[in-house]
Amino acid sequence: MLVEQSILTHRFPNGLTLLVEPMEWLESAAFALLLPAGCAHDPLDRWGLGSMTCEMVQRGCGERDSRQFVNDLENLGVDHSASVSNAHTSFGGAMPHEQLYEALTIHADLVRRPHLPADQFEDAQQVCLQEVYALEDDLAQRMMQELRRRRYGDPYGRSSQGSEESVSAITLEDVQQHFAQYYQPQNAILSVAGKVDWDRLREHVEQLFGDWPPQTLGQITTTPGAGPRCHIPHESSQTHLGIAYPSVPYSHPDYYQARGAVGVLSDGMSSRLFTEVREKRGLVYTVSASCHSLRHTGSVLCYAGTTTDRAQETLDVIIAELERLTQGIEAGELSRLKARIKSSLIFQQESSPSRAGTMAADWYHLGRVKTLEEVSTAIDALTVESINYYLAQHPPRDYTIVTLGEQELNTAYGVS
Amino acid sequence: MEFRSHTLSNGLEIIAEVNPRAYSLGLAFFVKTGARDETDEISGVSHFLEHMVFKGTPHRSAADVNRELDELGSHSNAFTSEEQTVYYATVLPEYQEKCIELLADIMRPALREDDFVTEKKVILEEIAKYEDEPPYGAHEKSMAVHFGDHPLARSVLGTAASVSALSAEQMQAYFDRRYSPMNMALVAAGKVDFAQLIRQAKRFCGGWPPFAAERAISRAPQRQAFQVYANDSAAQEYCVLLANGPCATDDDRYAGRILATVLGDDSGSRLYWELVDSGLAECALMGAYEYQGTGLFMAYLGCMPEDAAANLKRMHDLFRKAESEGITEQEIVRAQNKICSHVVRQAERPSSRMFSVGNGWIQRREYRTTAQVVKAYRKVTAAQVNALLAKYPLTTNTTVCVGPLTEIEPPQ
Repeated sequence: MLVEQSILTHRFPNGLTLLVEPMEWLESAAFALLLPAGCAHDPLDRWGLGSMTCEMVQRGCGERDSRQFVNDLENLGVDHSASVSNAHTSFGGAMPHEQLYEALTIHADLVRRPHLPADQFEDAQQVCLQEVYALEDDLAQRMMQELRRRRYGDPYGRSSQGSEESVSAITLEDVQQHFAQYYQPQNAILSVAGKVDWDRLREHVEQLFGDWPPQTLGQITTTPGAGPRCHIPHESSQTHLGIAYPSVPYSHPDYYQARGAVGVLSDGMSSRLFTEVREKRGLVYTVSASCHSLRHTGSVLCYAGTTTDRAQETLDVIIAELERLTQGIEAGELSRLKARIKSSLIFQQESSPSRAGTMAADWYHLGRVKTLEEVSTAIDALTVESINYYLAQHPPRDYTIVTLGEQELNTAYGVS
Repeated sequence: MEFRSHTLSNGLEIIAEVNPRAYSLGLAFFVKTGARDETDEISGVSHFLEHMVFKGTPHRSAADVNRELDELGSHSNAFTSEEQTVYYATVLPEYQEKCIELLADIMRPALREDDFVTEKKVILEEIAKYEDEPPYGAHEKSMAVHFGDHPLARSVLGTAASVSALSAEQMQAYFDRRYSPMNMALVAAGKVDFAQLIRQAKRFCGGWPPFAAERAISRAPQRQAFQVYANDSAAQEYCVLLANGPCATDDDRYAGRILATVLGDDSGSRLYWELVDSGLAECALMGAYEYQGTGLFMAYLGCMPEDAAANLKRMHDLFRKAESEGITEQEIVRAQNKICSHVVRQAERPSSRMFSVGNGWIQRREYRTTAQVVKAYRKVTAAQVNALLAKYPLTTNTTVCVGPLTEIEPPQ
């Protein structure tokens, strides 16, 4: 059963948007603070600057040094996080609801009054380099990063870590400049869900962020990806396969048609990829496909990991399943998908962090927040015919294919 | 929130934490069986069987099982550990009966030969996947070294050789020995109709024949060992450190969790400040894990190979300092605040409560409310935590390193 939601929004004159969903039945509250400081804004020769800045702001802010900052959040029972995506630098927290106000106060210091201490710069740089080195052993992730780079080009296909060279080149002055330009309220989103009082919260946020001056954001220059095929040679037991093809973004009127088609491919244990690749043939332990959305474009991203001598067959079977989609989906597939998605919507009501995250993503992509009821209605409206019509208009094609493993595969599929 | 329990005549226990305000319902069969109940010949059978349970019954094909789980809109899965095999689904309350019927049916799997052959390939892929990724088997190796002859030394996945050699008959024999209703529990949490749950369990599980399924339980001896396994495919060095700790029924297990949080949580712990915040290691963590009869503190280090020896020395010094100087009251309070906040937030989801309630029951035949758990953590004192460090010295440990290095100087 879906509860009647009230989703409250307030846009402050400086450009910060506050989104609030009171969830009276919970004892927790959660927030997500998204700043438009994604790694797409990192200068090419300072790639990783967003991550470096995110690391540095956590090393002391306001009246707290870095230890006091962590200690205070932990004493409040705030499970806190910080991350950099292509579009945003995000800070989040989940906590007992009484602690929300203090947690936000501390985070206001974090994004507005960090010390950026010179004596911690080297440690912070080492932390970021550790992330770059750790990636060497994460083969699936390395392959998927290459897939996104080729599918979207630069900077939208970038990951946030940077390279050893670019992170090593970053200076404290770079961090200070990046902070000054991008840690600001224009296009920033503060999303809060859980047991909260709207009036008190809005006033509190006004006090914390109301006088935060906006800055002008930098322009982004794009360059296309380096071609739709890539093999990364690596001595490993498994070959990691990535396939991407164009799809509509989250904001597109046909998004749920695309989502429905991918659901038939990959949602649940009766989905086509799981059935054909794993259940019938035992080719993989992991196979999946999902919708990935930037604001202006989208993709379907597929992944599979399989041992070297079965990699070609795995790739062939996946591509055959993608092609078979255009022959149409079936009523049973759609009704199962609807049941799964609608359960997920109801499960979201039991999680404040999940709602805070979803609201923030909605606002970024749509400039508004969808209610669960609205999503439910859109899912109800899907029909076999509507999805098949969508698939006829947008058949899987123009594949970007990246493989990582011992042997290169034959990837000569439908390049148009 | 209300705790309910009932035992069927064949010994199957049904337990539930009923929360009328929840929107969903978590349902699970906990089977008290896992790697520790295996022998060399059938290493990996518990986990392989967990996969085979989804491959159908006399009444359903594998495709039927998958399709019906999806038709319920369920989020379902299963996992196998050293001690438990758990099958679970989260559904909307209106699907309670259908979900129980399906889960109960798959608890009596057909184990068909052709499904067995196909699924074996999936298991071998799973083994290959873990061979390729951090920590490159360091966890299994450390358990084997630390536990020696103790049953907890066994790997959950088994090896490519042991799984390849398994037959469907061996699996059936294992099933016939372990999947007794007396060795299982049906666990529910959230918006449960308990009266119906008993009726449904009687109908769908009442015919399962009971038999005794025992398990030998013993405490593992303390061990001091240091081993390095070279693995060229790894770029970084990965080290796992195991020391004994409280077992699942020890009262000081709450103090153990607090100690692990103070020393090795992923944020704000001593290991974090010493190794991660400084950029000396990509990862340095510690956790407390309780088993029946014995327990572990497990620490984990991932770093550049050239820093491994120095980082292990730093960890050793950090443990020694904790043993000699103790943990402060402030650190205890902070860990309590962190853990209790986590416990309370987790409790908002029936799917998480189902695991906590089921695990407590399987390990201790005991139910504790969230409030009781919070109270148990709040009661822990610095003196209790420091007593643990004397009882289970972290400097007496099994260390196993896997990565590019062929040798590492053990810390003194």
